[in-house]
Amino acid sequence: MLAKRIIPCLDVLGGRVVKGTRFVNLQDAGDPVERAAFYDREGADELVFLDITASAEGRRTMIEVVRKTAASIFIPLAVGGGIDSVDFMGELLQSGADKISVNTAALANPALIRDGAARFGSQCIVTAIDARRVEERPGSPPRWEVYSHGGRRPTGRDAIAWAVEVEKLGAGEILLTSMDADGTRDGYDIALLAAVAGAVPIPVIASGGAGTLEHLSQALTIGKAHAVLVASILHYGLYSIAEIKNFLAEKGLPVRPVSNYIT
Amino acid sequence: MPKSVAVVDSGCANLNSIYKALVKVSLPAVITDDAAVIAGAAGVVFPGVGAFEHAMGLIRQKGLASVLLECIAKGKPFLGICLGLQLLFLSSEERSNPGGPLPQGLGAVAGQVRRFPAGLPVPHVGWNRVSPARSHPLFAGLNGGTYFYFTHSYYVQPSDPGHRLAVTDYGAPFTSAIGVRNLLGVQFHPEKSGPAGLRLLSNFGNIIADPTLLPA
Repeated sequence: MLAKRIIPCLDVLGGRVVKGTRFVNLQDAGDPVERAAFYDREGADELVFLDITASAEGRRTMIEVVRKTAASIFIPLAVGGGIDSVDFMGELLQSGADKISVNTAALANPALIRDGAARFGSQCIVTAIDARRVEERPGSPPRWEVYSHGGRRPTGRDAIAWAVEVEKLGAGEILLTSMDADGTRDGYDIALLAAVAGAVPIPVIASGGAGTLEHLSQALTIGKAHAVLVASILHYGLYSIAEIKNFLAEKGLPVRPVSNYIT
Repeated sequence: MPKSVAVVDSGCANLNSIYKALVKVSLPAVITDDAAVIAGAAGVVFPGVGAFEHAMGLIRQKGLASVLLECIAKGKPFLGICLGLQLLFLSSEERSNPGGPLPQGLGAVAGQVRRFPAGLPVPHVGWNRVSPARSHPLFAGLNGGTYFYFTHSYYVQPSDPGHRLAVTDYGAPFTSAIGVRNLLGVQFHPEKSGPAGLRLLSNFGNIIADPTLLPA
């Protein structure tokens, strides 16, 4: 049985890891290669680098960050942020990334997912979806709208329909962020997770809202997520990866032990 | 001085990760598609990603099939990884023309490459447990049930169950590692499996340094 994955997410700006809330109050949080190596030692199952620079210089810097990281850590590495062409995907993969996460560019040009999957395989292509609950009359079933541009622009697309479409186009995984829950530490939007995970056969990575270990467990059980993306609860030292994994293991969830093979 | 390891460049895989991982465990690796370099190496790592037919075509185009089979026949420690493992088999169900004949592999191991049955999410991506079917120096120091990182849609089915070195459960148990004397293969990616993967590669280095470690 596949282990539930714990995936630290590192926001990268100009070659440095930053932490903050939704692109504001950013603080320097160190060198990406060092942070990656730290989380690798801590027992992370995979890492995500999110380039929040989104500029031409940022791209070159990101390729360099990926190259250095891949030379020293030996777990899967996903990269996202401003990736809008198959050629750029290829450059990042050639530099040592294992997966590419697309978001805004795929909303503008869904063929990007199909072309990326055809060239590199579905296992390489993650589609990130930022979704916000749509206010409806009380009692009506919930709906979620997809936002682009880092959550700034509504697209009019329904999140469930978009998830189904990206899977058909060839996405291998969906990284699903609830914009309502993100940054609150009040827990994931479990209904959103369960709705998307129930609509597609590919793994869903839960993101946004984790504040307690119980929240992570809920995302992986009731929310049917295959993995959880963790940022602030790790970066601010609320919990270590070992604490997260021990908690989930006690709940009976399959996790890769931090001391994987050492007796 | 450790002996050199040839990482076979068939043109279908990103070889950086495996190269860096071999360097990390102090194995002097060289990425090559030169038959003479492969023939002269003390050990061979044969990685691969992508489609079976395409990869096999590239190997034939580069004229590497015979040197790879020679290395195996001469008893040189040989490690196939992911598609590299699958290419060692007679044939694969992965084909571009659904009605056509099954594409042929190198045929160094009797058996077939099969697709996971319908109903299971494919590709099988993520960390899964690898349980050795028998004691073997490739898994020295690794506990039974250690997690390794997988990403694949097809799996190998050796005709001789004795060739099975480890199994993994995905819907049903499948062969996740093989061992036929000097010929070894793993379906998972040791270069993406953290400390456990590095340990396995280091074990392969020990086998290269002393092939008598291998069971007869």
